[in-house]
Order: sequence, then structure tokens, then C-alpha cells
Amino acid sequence: MTQVPRLHLTQYVLLVACILLFVAAIDCAFAQPFGVTRGPAPPELGGFAGWILAKQAEFYRTLSGLIRAAKADGSAAYTLLGISFLYGIFHAAGPGHGKAVISSYLVANDETWRRGIVLSFASAILQAFTAVAVVGIAAALLGATAKAMGNTVRVIEIVSYALIMLIGLRLLWVKGRAFLRLLREEQQAHHVQDHSHHHHAHDHNHDHDHHHDHDHHHAHNHDHGHHHHHGCAHSHDHDHEDDASAWGHAHAPEPQELTGKHWLRRGLAAIIAVGLRPCSGAIIVLVFALAQGLFWIGVASTFVMGLGTAITVAAIATLAVGARGLADRFAKARPGAGMLLLRGLETAAALVIVFFGAALLTGYIVSERLLGV
Amino acid sequence: MLRIFLVALATLSIIAPAQAHPHVWVTMRTDLVYAPDGRITGIRHAWSFDDMFSTFAVQGLESKEKGKFTREELAPLAKVNVESLKEFDYFTYASADGAKIALADPTPDYWLDYNDQVLTLNFTLPLKTPVKAKELKIEIYDPTIFVDFSFDKQNPARLVGAPKCKLDVQLPREMTFAEGKKLSEIPADEKNTTMAWGAQFANKLLVHCP
Repeated sequence: MTQVPRLHLTQYVLLVACILLFVAAIDCAFAQPFGVTRGPAPPELGGFAGWILAKQAEFYRTLSGLIRAAKADGSAAYTLLGISFLYGIFHAAGPGHGKAVISSYLVANDETWRRGIVLSFASAILQAFTAVAVVGIAAALLGATAKAMGNTVRVIEIVSYALIMLIGLRLLWVKGRAFLRLLREEQQAHHVQDHSHHHHAHDHNHDHDHHHDHDHHHAHNHDHGHHHHHGCAHSHDHDHEDDASAWGHAHAPEPQELTGKHWLRRGLAAIIAVGLRPCSGAIIVLVFALAQGLFWIGVASTFVMGLGTAITVAAIATLAVGARGLADRFAKARPGAGMLLLRGLETAAALVIVFFGAALLTGYIVSERLLGV
Repeated sequence: MLRIFLVALATLSIIAPAQAHPHVWVTMRTDLVYAPDGRITGIRHAWSFDDMFSTFAVQGLESKEKGKFTREELAPLAKVNVESLKEFDYFTYASADGAKIALADPTPDYWLDYNDQVLTLNFTLPLKTPVKAKELKIEIYDPTIFVDFSFDKQNPARLVGAPKCKLDVQLPREMTFAEGKKLSEIPADEKNTTMAWGAQFANKLLVHCP
């Protein structure tokens, strides 16, 4: 069994950082140019980010005219839906925590790209739904003021941000502990021959955070070095014996881990956390449509916007899953310490989620707010 | 171990705090009010909101005549607007000969009006201490870019009671491709000190007095 020289650790740390940076860069490439705290520093706009912003602003500003036009001319409604769709795509490409949280969640949980797409669409559609529910109930039925709606959104916001933080903390607890334990083991340079030891180690791994697409059930509950903690979900054809030596740590998989039926239930928390908070733009558009007596046109526009948003978020989530896949492949080529890399990556991704939850809750990240209402 | 967390923290710190998109567009007309002794005493804003936000803001408000709102009917909304703007320093930043000017809260005579479905907020920001300045600079912008400010094309700004001074309105301009490229080459973790972009893209009023 391989003993990992300390020297390697630095390299792995760097790789973890690179992958995390890649995932974060997708988001902060857009966020950074506006990365100024409240205060005298003026906004900096430019390059691709500036273009995205200009585009989505342009689309958004044509919406009011199109809603008005749709009143007189039904065909304008189609243009409205088209522009809403484009607005959704561009809007989601701009700054926002949804992409970062979903991407980090996928990386930390080692989910497949298919699940990433499902999560992206589900959260975007939920977001559209909340906007319609808030405006439909508060404004259309109860005749609530903008201020009342703003307050409602603020409550939803707090729940959503707290949920993000909870998801992050839970992941951090599970992944962080596994990572620390592995780190200790690596440092002690344990050898894999001692199978009983590894059975022991496995006891800590009841996190249920790793599931597989296919139904193994109990069949795999034997002692081969089959490892279930690193993106193997989509590549199960490898030799288990090799795997054992590659990973250096054998775990008998938990039956629950193998069924793969819990991911959606687990993902539901992420969907709600990200999708609960309605987009300010959608709420304003809906109220405007309502005032023109065209609420249903507004509802259609909101859902089409959600579809556009979902496409962008899904694309970014897929990139994140791809980055994680690269890490998996890299790790596989490195015995022992490869596992450390993946655990480190998962821990770091969990940290990102905690950061977003905490920053949004405390107001460090200035989220969109409905000004003065 | 520690290193990993440090790297993670460094990464997180790059993810910028301000995240927003413009959802409110404001067209401004701004008066700079001077006392007879040549000192500037206040900044008088008239901010017109875009049609969608205007409609949104008056949603659910009671009015005698449908679709019309009097100043009195809008008074509670005006109060909320002005009070919540405080947190954002009224998006107004002023300096006299390079020194920052402290602005006080708006005078109580603020009001909202609603004409042709456009809501306009009128308020005056007094200077805590009126100053005499050779070079006065007023900038209006939202650092979080939730609100997009632009000056009215016809009447962007006026000097009130400063006959000898000259007003220069600098409008934000589009970034050129070369500038955008240059900006994108600045590493994300590096503070942009070489290019004073913001200054070029903010809405700026400059007043030169003899």
C-alpha cells in the first residue's frame, strides 16, 4: 500500500483550490466586477459581465412595453414570452447565489450531471411558482401593498438563506469529518491489509450522502475494496481489486447508500433552499401585468423566465459536475491521496455553501431587495 | 489541513459580496442649491422611477380616483422610500475640493407624485455644514447596481443661486471593447487601482467656482 509523502499534500491542496476556483469563477467572474461593498466605491462594469448585464437590462426594459402591447394585440404576447425566455437566460448568467449553491452542492454530494439538471430546473420552476404565489395571493387576491409583498419576500428570504446554511453545515459536518479522519489516517500511513480496521473506519460513514444510480442493494455488502465516496456513480465498471489499492481504504457500502433513491429527497432541501426566494424582477413584472389586467400573461412570462434561468443554471451545474469528474479521474491515478483530494474538495464545496448561507443571512452579500417598499 | 481552509477562505473572499441586477431605473433631475454667500447648502433630487417599478410601488395603495394618486395619498410611501434610502446614503456622494462632504437626512418637505404612471420622488439632502468649494463633485450611483441611475436628457442638473459657477454634467458612458478587455485582464483578486473605471461610469456633477 502506498504511503503518501507529505510533499504531495501541497499538490492536492492546490488541485482542490483550482477546482473550487473553477466552480467559483463561473460565478464570481460575473460577481467580481461589482464586487464592491456599499459605500463610495463606484461600480465597475466591463467585459463579458458588463455585456451580460446590459443585455438582461435591455430585455427587462422591453417587458413593460410588450405587456402593454399584448393588451391590444395578442401576437405581442409571443414576443413577450420570447423576450422573457432570453431575459431568464441572461439574468441567471449574472450575479446570484443560486448557481454557486447548486454547483457546490453537486460537487460536495458527488451528484451526476443529470441530477444537476433536475435540481436546476426544479429550483427555477419553484422560484417562478413562489413569485406567482406571492403576487397572486398578496396582490391579486388580498390587494396587498408593495411594502407588504416586500415583507413577505423578506420572510421567505430568511427561511431560504437559513436553509442554505443548514444544508451547508450538514454537508460540512459529514464531509469535513470524513476528510479529517482520512487526513489523520494518511498521516499515520496506515496500510490496507488490516481489513478489520477498515471496517471500523467505515462506521463513521453513515452519512448517506453517496448514492448510486443503479440498484446494488445488499449484493455489494462484502469486503472488497469497493469505494463509494468519489464520483464512481457513473463509472462502475472498474476492477474492484484495483480500486482497493487505488483508494487504499475499503468500505463495505451501506445498503441505503446504494439504492440511490434518496437523492431526490435529499435534493429537495437544496431545491427549496435555492428556489424558495422569488426573483424581484418576476414580482415586479407580475404586479405590472396585474395592473394592466393581464395577470395570466405575467404568469406565463414568469414561468418562461424560469425556464431560461434553468437552462443557464443547468449549464453551469454541468460544468461543475464535469470539474468534479476531472478531479475523480485525477484522484484515481493517485493511490491513497486521491481520496484525500476528493474529500478535501467536498469539504471545500460544503464550506462554499455555508459561506453563502451565512453571508446572505447576515447581509454581507447584498441580495436584491425591493427598494423602499 | 489549515492550508486547505485558508485556500477555501481565500476563494470565498473572491466571491464578491454585492450581487444584484438592476431592477429599478431612475431618471434624475438634480438641483444644487447655494446660499447667497456662495456656499452650497443642499442637493435637491427629483427621481422618476421606470413604469414597471412605479406600478409596483403604488400597488395596493388606496386612492379616491382609480389610477391617480395625490401627494397626500402617496405620503406614507414617500416616508418609507426616504427612510429606506438612508441605509444607502441616498446613493449620493459629494466632495468639496477633494474632501468628503457629510450629508444630513432629507428635509421633511419631501414628497412623491404620480403622473402618467410615473412615480417621482422629490427630496432635498442638506449639507451638514454648508461649504464653499472651488471644485465640487457630486456622484449618484448604486454600488450594488440594483438601481440604475441616469440623468434626465433635457434637464439633468441645475445650479440654484450660484451665478458665477460653472456646472459640468458627466454622463456615464459605455465601456469600449479595448477597455473591457483591459479590465478583464486584471486578476480577480487584485484591487483595480490602475484604472479608475467607476469614476468614468458614474453620474457625476462637477461645479467649478471662482
